[in-house]
Amino acid sequence: MKLFVSEGNPHCVKVLAGLEVTGVKCDVQLVSHEERVVPFLNRPVLPVLLLPSGQHLFSPNAICQYLFEVVGKEASDDGNQLLEWEATELQPAVLQALHMLMLQGKSGEAGTVLKGPLGWLEQYLSKRTTPFLTEETVAVADIVLWAALYPILSNSTFEAVVGELPSVRGWFKRVSQVPACEAAVQRVLQGKGLDALKNFLQKQPAPHIQRRDSPSSANATEMEDSELMMTEEEVEVAAQAWSKGLPDCSDSTQKKHPILPQEGKRNVLVTSALPYVNNVPHLGNIIGCVLSADVFARYGRLRGWNLLYVCGTDEYGTATENKAREEGLTPQEICDKYHAVHSSIYKWFQIDFDYFGRTTTEQQTEIAQDIFWRLHERGYLLEDVVEQLRCENCQRFLADRFVEGVCPHCKYPEARGDQCDKCGRLINAVELKEPQCKVCQQTPEIRSSKHLFLDLPKLEGELEQWLEKSMGSGDWTVNAKHITRSWLRDGLKPRCITRDLQWGTPVPHPDFSDKVFYVWFDAPIGYLSITANYTSEWEKWWKNPQQVELYNFMAKDNVPFHSVVFPCSLLGAQDNYTLVNNLVATEYLNYEDTKFSKSRGVGVFGDMAKDTGIPSDVWRFYLLYLRPEGQDSAFSWADMALKNNSELLNNLGNFINRAGMFVSKFFEGHVPEMVLQDEDKRLIAQVCWELKQYIQLLDKVRIRDALKCILNISRHGNQYIQVNEPWKKIKGGDDDRKRAGTVTGVSVNVACLLSAMLEPYMPTVSQTIRDQLQAPAHCARAMLYADRGFLCSLSAGHRIGTVSPLFQKLESEQIEALRKRFGGQQVPSSTVNSAQPKPPAAAAPAVNASVSAADPEKAKQLAAAVAKQGDKVRALKAQKAEKSVVTAEVTKLLELKKELALAEGKNPEPSLQKGKKK
Amino acid sequence: MALKELSSLEKCLGLKKPNKYSTQGERKVPVLQNNNGPALVGLVTIASHLVHEAKRTELLGNSAEQRAVVQQWLEYRITRLDNCSKEEVKVILKELNQYLEDKVYLAGNSFTLADTLMYYGIHHIIMNLAVQEKEKFLNVTRWFDHIQHYPGVRHHLAPVVVLRNRVYPSGQH
Repeated sequence: MKLFVSEGNPHCVKVLAGLEVTGVKCDVQLVSHEERVVPFLNRPVLPVLLLPSGQHLFSPNAICQYLFEVVGKEASDDGNQLLEWEATELQPAVLQALHMLMLQGKSGEAGTVLKGPLGWLEQYLSKRTTPFLTEETVAVADIVLWAALYPILSNSTFEAVVGELPSVRGWFKRVSQVPACEAAVQRVLQGKGLDALKNFLQKQPAPHIQRRDSPSSANATEMEDSELMMTEEEVEVAAQAWSKGLPDCSDSTQKKHPILPQEGKRNVLVTSALPYVNNVPHLGNIIGCVLSADVFARYGRLRGWNLLYVCGTDEYGTATENKAREEGLTPQEICDKYHAVHSSIYKWFQIDFDYFGRTTTEQQTEIAQDIFWRLHERGYLLEDVVEQLRCENCQRFLADRFVEGVCPHCKYPEARGDQCDKCGRLINAVELKEPQCKVCQQTPEIRSSKHLFLDLPKLEGELEQWLEKSMGSGDWTVNAKHITRSWLRDGLKPRCITRDLQWGTPVPHPDFSDKVFYVWFDAPIGYLSITANYTSEWEKWWKNPQQVELYNFMAKDNVPFHSVVFPCSLLGAQDNYTLVNNLVATEYLNYEDTKFSKSRGVGVFGDMAKDTGIPSDVWRFYLLYLRPEGQDSAFSWADMALKNNSELLNNLGNFINRAGMFVSKFFEGHVPEMVLQDEDKRLIAQVCWELKQYIQLLDKVRIRDALKCILNISRHGNQYIQVNEPWKKIKGGDDDRKRAGTVTGVSVNVACLLSAMLEPYMPTVSQTIRDQLQAPAHCARAMLYADRGFLCSLSAGHRIGTVSPLFQKLESEQIEALRKRFGGQQVPSSTVNSAQPKPPAAAAPAVNASVSAADPEKAKQLAAAVAKQGDKVRALKAQKAEKSVVTAEVTKLLELKKELALAEGKNPEPSLQKGKKK
Repeated sequence: MALKELSSLEKCLGLKKPNKYSTQGERKVPVLQNNNGPALVGLVTIASHLVHEAKRTELLGNSAEQRAVVQQWLEYRITRLDNCSKEEVKVILKELNQYLEDKVYLAGNSFTLADTLMYYGIHHIIMNLAVQEKEKFLNVTRWFDHIQHYPGVRHHLAPVVVLRNRVYPSGQH
C-alpha cells in the first residue's frame, strides 16, 4: 500500500492526519502537483492511495474512511452525513474562498462564500454534547472537516469576516491539538503557512459553486420530469385530439401581395438588419439577421398570422464610394452589382422575404427628408461646428470607419473611428489617439465643419417611457435590454446626423446643401422606404402602432441604433410611427474559435456555401442549431459533420425514413389501421408536449431551443419503433400484425407532423417529406394553426408515395478538405501586397515542399536574425517612432519568422496569423 | 430528481414501506425524517442507510477496500456528475470510459450501490448522446446497458437503446 502526496496541497493534510491518527502502516511518497498517479483521470489528482489490490483511491474522504475502517472503526450514518456535507457543500465553498483570497485578494467576498457552511456547522456543534463531532474521541468526520477548514480557521484574515463561531472555534482547537494533526500540517505546509498553498491553488481550475438552475441540467431534468409526470388524463386528452384527424381547412395558404394589416388579425411586421451592400455576408451575418428572421416569419405564416417580412441592402456611405473607386465603377453601379450578389445568396439560403429592396431609392430620400424636416420644425436638431479628421493625402474627410487608432477609454490599439471593438464604447473619431487613415496609413489632420445634431438628451424622457412599455410588453432579448440600459445609464448626448460626403441622401436644408445624412440616421429609415417600394400603402404598416407588432432582428452590435437612436428620430418626428415591440439580438458566431475575416480568407462566406456541395437545408439546420442565443457560439466543421450524421441522419432522417419504409414495404404503401394502446397514447402525449414546447418557444423567438423539440420528437419516435419492433411483429400472428400496423401508422403520422415543424428550419426537406408521404397540402398549417395540437393527418388507407433517404452522411475526408479550404491557409493577398516584392504564388506550394526539407543550419541563422529584428522593433516602439516606420519593420520581422518556420520544417501560417490582429 | 431516485432504490432493495422524504436548500438536498433519531441529510447518506435497513450490506462492498472504492464513486457521482457543465460532461465520460475499460462494475466484479446511483445520475446524459458519441464512449455505454438491464434497477427511467453492432468504422475517432 502506498500513499502519494504533494507539498502545499490542503487535501493531503486530511489523509496524512488520518494516517497518523489511525497508525496504519503505509509508504508515503512525495510527488509534484503535476504527477498523474491515477491513469484514468483527466487531470492530475492528489492525494492518491494505491490499495493492495492495485486499485486507486483518489478521494481524500474515501481514503480517510478506509484508514479508519482498517483499524476497526466502521462508518456510521452520522459520520457519513458529515462527510457528504463536506464533499458537496463545505469543500466547494472553501476552495472558492481560498481562490478569492489568495489569488484575487478579495477577502470580503471570500468571507461571504463561507458564511452559509460555517453557520450550519456552528449550529450543528452547539447542539452536540460530545467534545468531537460524532463521538467522545476523534473520528473520521473530525479529521476530514478539520483539515478542510484548516486553511480558513488558522488564517487571521478570515477572523473578521466569518464572525464569532464559538462552538466551531472550540472544536477546531481541540482537533488541532491532537499531535497527529499538528504533524500533518507541518508535513504539508513545511512551516510556510498558507503561502505554501498558492502554487497548488494556481494549478486548479477556477472553482465556482454549481447551481441547480444552470440552464442545461435544469432543462434536462425538467423535460424528463414532465415526461414522467404525464397523467392518465393528459394522455387520454392527447389521444382523443389525435383521433379527430385534420379539420376541413380551406383557408388559402397562398400569399396575396401586397400584404396589408387586417382588422381582427395578428399583424406582424418583421425586419432584419439591412446588410451593408459592399460586403459579401458571412455565416455570422446570415444567422444573425436574415436567417433568424426568416425562421420566425415562416413560423408566423404557418400560425396564420398576417405577416410581412421586409429587408434590403444598405447602400449609402463612404465604404461604397471607396469600393467604387477601387473597381473603377460609379457608386450606383457598385450597388447594383452587389445588390444582385446579396439577392442570390439569400435566395440560395431560401430566405423567404416578402420584399427585398434597397436604400438608394426616391422613396428613401422622400421619407428621410420628411422625418428630417419634422425634427427640425419641432426643435430637435442642433447646429454645431465639428472637428473632423481630414486626410490630405486622400483629399477627403475621413468617415469613421476609415480611421483607426488607440481607444481613449481602454487603450485598445485597433479601435475604429466610431466604436471600440474591445470595450464597445462609442468614440468620436477625433478623440482617437494616434489616428491613422486606413487607406494610406497617413496621420489625418483635424478640420472644422458645420453639422446638424439630433438632440437626444431632449428626447430622453420620452424614450425612457416608451422603452419601459415596449420592454415590459414585448420580447426583448436579454442582451438587447442590457445594451440599451447601459446606453441610457451613461446618459445620451447629441448625435451628429450629417456628413461631408457625396454618396448619400442629400440634406434638404439650404445651409447644408453639400452634405448628406449620416448613415445611421439614414439606414433604419430604409425599413420604411423599402416597404414604400413594396406598396404605396406602406403607412398602414409603419404609422399604425395600434394594429401592428414590429419585430427587429439583428446582431448585438446593432442594438443601440434600433433601441435608442432610431426610436428617438421617430418619436421626435411625432407622426404616429410604429416603433419596435420585440427586439431580437443574437450574440456573435465565431469561425472555428477565431473571427470571420474576409481579408485573411478565414471563414465561409455566403457565396461559398453553395460551392461546398452541402445542401442549403443542412446549412440552415446547423446555423440554427448553434444560433448564438445567450452567448457567442462557434462554427466548426467537425461539429457540423457530427450534427449532420448524428442528428439529421441517425435521428431525424432515420426515423422519418423508417416510418415511411414500413408503410411501403409491409402495407403496400397504404397507411394501416390504427388501434391505439396505452403505449401509443403515451407516445402521442409526449409528442404533443414537445409540440406545445415548440410553439411556446417560437412564440418567444427562442429559435434554437425550439429546434431541439423537433429532434426530441424523432428521438421518442425512434425509441418507440425500437421497442415495438414492427419488423418482427409483421411476421407474427394476427394480433401481432395489427400491432405492427398501429405502430407503423402512428409513426408515419409523427413523421408528417415533423414535416410541418421543420418547415421554418428546413423548407426543402419539409416539402420533400410531405411529397414522399403525399400528405395533404394544408396539414402543416393545420397542425400549428390555433394550437390544435398533434392530429392524425394520414388516416388509415391513405396512399403514400415513394420513400427515399432525406440526408447524406458527411464523410470526414470531405469535411477535412473543407476545413482546410476555408481555414485561411491561403496567404491573404493584403499581407503579400504590403510586404516586399516576393513571388506570391510560391507561398502556398512551398509550404508542403519545405515541410520535408528542414534546414537546421539556415534555421539557426534565421533565428538569430529574427531575434535581432525583434529587438529593433521593440526599440522603435519604445522610442515612439512613426507608425509607418514601425509597420515596415514589423513586416520584415514577420517575413523573417515565416522563413524561419519554413527552415524548421513547420507550416509558417499560424505564426503569421498571430502577428496579425485577433 | 433525487427523491424519485430514492423511491426507485427502495423498490430495488425490496423495502416494503416507502419512506417519507423532503428536500432542503437551493440544491434540493434530500432529507429523510426518522422516527427514532434525527433526520438524515444527503443522497449518499440516505441511500447507504436504506441499504443497511434492507440488510443488503454487500451492496456497499464486501471488504474494507471495496467499501472505500464504492464510497469514492458515490462521492464522484454527487460532486462531479451532478450539475456538471456541458464541457465537464465530456471529461467525465472520458474518465469513466477509461476506468471501465477492464471492469464489469464500478467496484470491480460485483454489482454495488455505486452502479445504481451512477446509473440514475448519468441517465439523462446517455439519453442525449448521439449514436456516434455512444460508440466513442463504448465502455460507458456497455456498462450503462448492463446496469439498466440489471434486475430491478431501471424503474423510473426510460430505457436507452444501445446498438450492439457498430455503425461507424472504429478508425474514425
